[in-house]
Amino acid sequence: MMKKAKHIPLYVIAILILLFTGLPFFIMLNTSFKDQGEFSSAPWALPQNFSLDNYTALFETNFFQYFGNSLFVSVISVVLVIIFSAMASYPLSRMKFKLNRPLLLLFMVGMMIPIHTTLIPIFLLTQNLGLYDTLWGLIGPYIAFALPISVVIYTQFMSDLPKELEESAKIDGCGHFQLFWRILFPLLVPATSTVAIYNFIHIWNEFIFALVLTNSDEAATLPIGLREFYGEFSVNIPGLMAALSMASIPLLLVYFVAQEKIIKGLAAGSVKG
Amino acid sequence: MSEHAQSQQSSAGAAAFRRKQKRKKTWVIIGFMAPALIVYGLYVVYAIGMTFYYSTFDWTGIDADLEFIGLQNYVELFRDMTFWQSLKNNTLLIAASLFTQIPLGLIMALLLFSPVKGMRLFRTVYFMPFLMSTVAIGILFVYIYDANFGLVNQVLGSIGLESLQRGWLGNENTAIWAVIVTICWQFAPFYMILFRAAIVGIPEELYEAADIDGATGWKRFSSITLPLLKPIIVTSAILSIIGALKYFDLIYIMTGGGPNNATDLMATYMYDQTFTNFNMGYGSTISSMMFIIAFIVTVIIITLDNKRKADY
Repeated sequence: MMKKAKHIPLYVIAILILLFTGLPFFIMLNTSFKDQGEFSSAPWALPQNFSLDNYTALFETNFFQYFGNSLFVSVISVVLVIIFSAMASYPLSRMKFKLNRPLLLLFMVGMMIPIHTTLIPIFLLTQNLGLYDTLWGLIGPYIAFALPISVVIYTQFMSDLPKELEESAKIDGCGHFQLFWRILFPLLVPATSTVAIYNFIHIWNEFIFALVLTNSDEAATLPIGLREFYGEFSVNIPGLMAALSMASIPLLLVYFVAQEKIIKGLAAGSVKG
Repeated sequence: MSEHAQSQQSSAGAAAFRRKQKRKKTWVIIGFMAPALIVYGLYVVYAIGMTFYYSTFDWTGIDADLEFIGLQNYVELFRDMTFWQSLKNNTLLIAASLFTQIPLGLIMALLLFSPVKGMRLFRTVYFMPFLMSTVAIGILFVYIYDANFGLVNQVLGSIGLESLQRGWLGNENTAIWAVIVTICWQFAPFYMILFRAAIVGIPEELYEAADIDGATGWKRFSSITLPLLKPIIVTSAILSIIGALKYFDLIYIMTGGGPNNATDLMATYMYDQTFTNFNMGYGSTISSMMFIIAFIVTVIIITLDNKRKADY
């Protein structure tokens, strides 16, 4: 009895924080199941007639085009980041040469750089390359700003692999290229999943490059599309909330499928940074 | 062939072989690093250089009419009250991150290890803000702070505090705080994750030893957990300071820097100058300054951190 009573303050704090972190999310979902009339008469009450109409209505908008664009950009960027950063980390971690440290440092410095310091030149460069207002135009900057953390994670991970791997590969007559892709890369799965998850979360939500480098609905990613909705739907708040809820689904899905991995990935990503 | 000549010949052969190996090694290094270096060099290194270059021009960005004005833009920047206002807001955000997000994240992480039942549910809900799309968060909170039907005003009304009701984001005095609360809401879970990982890493034996010594509750926390969390607290502080210096998203989405520049950060002010007012030269100056400030702060932090480590 005494012991239980002692825990009451803990429960109070835990539940207060639960309300603080959970309530906005709950409100968003709750509102998305109402119709407009119900919302204006009682904006914060529970829905009387639970309805999915706001969600089906999304099919008549550009929502799923934005959604597809985001998926396309995120997947391609993450795959290329994995390939580029894993390859770059191979000489950085397993070969000795003069520029070893300076090059690693060059990538590490990237973690503190404000994106805005590159924004104007990237805007002009993207126009000159003819990639302005295309999804491909976003991929370059997304890869570039994902490289620092990814290279650091891979380099750290790869320097911990045993040296004997190279020796046995040499005996088998494996070149560097084969050694890397056939032997080392499969051993890097934990680092790869960290890099993939960490960067997917950030690229899925990326806002500033998408805002500056695209202009039309055809090239708009979800964050930009949601802002469009915000303008158009300002009278239909339940409809807007359905769009916001829908936009949050991929990350929630990823979380429920691989929560331990995400948690580890985020922690590893920043601790080593 | 004499023994001497033979060894000489083989060492000459070995040297040639080594040279060949070395040349091959150089090509392997270049081959592996080229994709990353090209993308990073173009979009980060070259871009930063160009930003500093453009910052010395008076230029709209629309036409090719660049007028070199040296450091004139920087002189103007130092006289620009809006820039100072935005720098002040960045400083506020740093303070809020350090003294709200990090402690809140730590409390949340500690709760995950407390005897409270149903921890899986708590953990999932605590983490949710970090998984929501940033734009969705911004729009959602605009409605939560709404002057007429917003949740904050409804709650205040229902507990008899009508006098405090207001349009939180439309008021010059409250807007910055309203956005800062939202930013803390989004990022506290991230620090929770960092602290949770660090707490998991604390060996159980240390607590057992403390139990034998009769240390409980606060004593256990202050003598074991907190000292061992010091490195991760320092890491979190670095991340939150750097993050606050370059922050943009929620401010831009919720207030656009208004009302009357009251919530402008360096990044939102830079965006406005560049893409709304078409002062690309001046916009480059603001972003160069952001780089310089972030660089100086990083150097200071690293120096302090190294000193701290050396003191051990």
